[in-house]
Amino acid sequence: MLDDVDRRLLRHYQHDATLGPADLADLAGLTVATCARRLDKLQAAGVIRANRAVINWRALGYEVEVSLRITLDKTQPRAFDDFLDAARKVPDVVEIQTFLGRVDLRLSVIARDMAHYQHIYRSAILTLPHIADIEALMHVARIKSDEVLPL
Amino acid sequence: MIELDTNDRLILRELAQDATQSASALGRKLNLSQPATWRRIKRLRDIGVIAGQRLDLDKEKLGFGVTVFLGVKLATKGRVSLEDFERAVSAIPEVQTVEHILGLYDYRLRVVAHDISDFERVLRRRIMTLPGVGDVEANVLLSEERRPGPIG
Repeated sequence: MLDDVDRRLLRHYQHDATLGPADLADLAGLTVATCARRLDKLQAAGVIRANRAVINWRALGYEVEVSLRITLDKTQPRAFDDFLDAARKVPDVVEIQTFLGRVDLRLSVIARDMAHYQHIYRSAILTLPHIADIEALMHVARIKSDEVLPL
Repeated sequence: MIELDTNDRLILRELAQDATQSASALGRKLNLSQPATWRRIKRLRDIGVIAGQRLDLDKEKLGFGVTVFLGVKLATKGRVSLEDFERAVSAIPEVQTVEHILGLYDYRLRVVAHDISDFERVLRRRIMTLPGVGDVEANVLLSEERRPGPIG
């Protein structure tokens, strides 16, 4: 479905998502019309799902980021559904992932400081349903975060 | 600390969904004038609240069927500097993110691969050969959702 030109286009677009069709056309060696048509096609096919602004939570005063690795009580048949429904209602949870492996889920939680984190942890996280075990990892630094696919 | 009002929050929420919207289209949605919307977006960018834009691609449609999170513990701290490890791991194209963490592991890596056997190749040839790498724990990603966060 995708050809080399599409891949080249996506490679450039991934590295700088602020580029418009004219800049992209230049980089990928296409005419602006061809470039725009290909981008439309990739969007219509659902290959490009969105072009999103990245929010810097630190600039908004959220200094703390914690990964909570959670194991659920799987004797409860609705453990995953109940947990996910409840976790989605916690505004400080910015990411929810489910896994096959040693842990069932990971929540990424942000907070203004450790006191704020402690509050969220006690009032909103520990009250989530069907938790069997929970393990916290503190973020120190992001070394690489571009999330670029090796096309 | 930066304070945002309701309109700023709405603009952020909108742009986190679709950053390609024009100031006038966004203004119409939120009942703001085009110049007022543009000024607010510019301010959010200037003060660094909007850190950039990211393309949200369908990995499966591009042939990357497997995403694995690896927890990596360094075996020989001190002998191999963290910088050496970080430089080497960041250079691997299949490694999408590298986070330095505190707790059970030293680093968390997000790795994409075409399928499980491709992942095995990346793990054996690229990850296990990194300088100083020790215990590695793998969790295969089944589902993922990004939430809007506390700007609602």
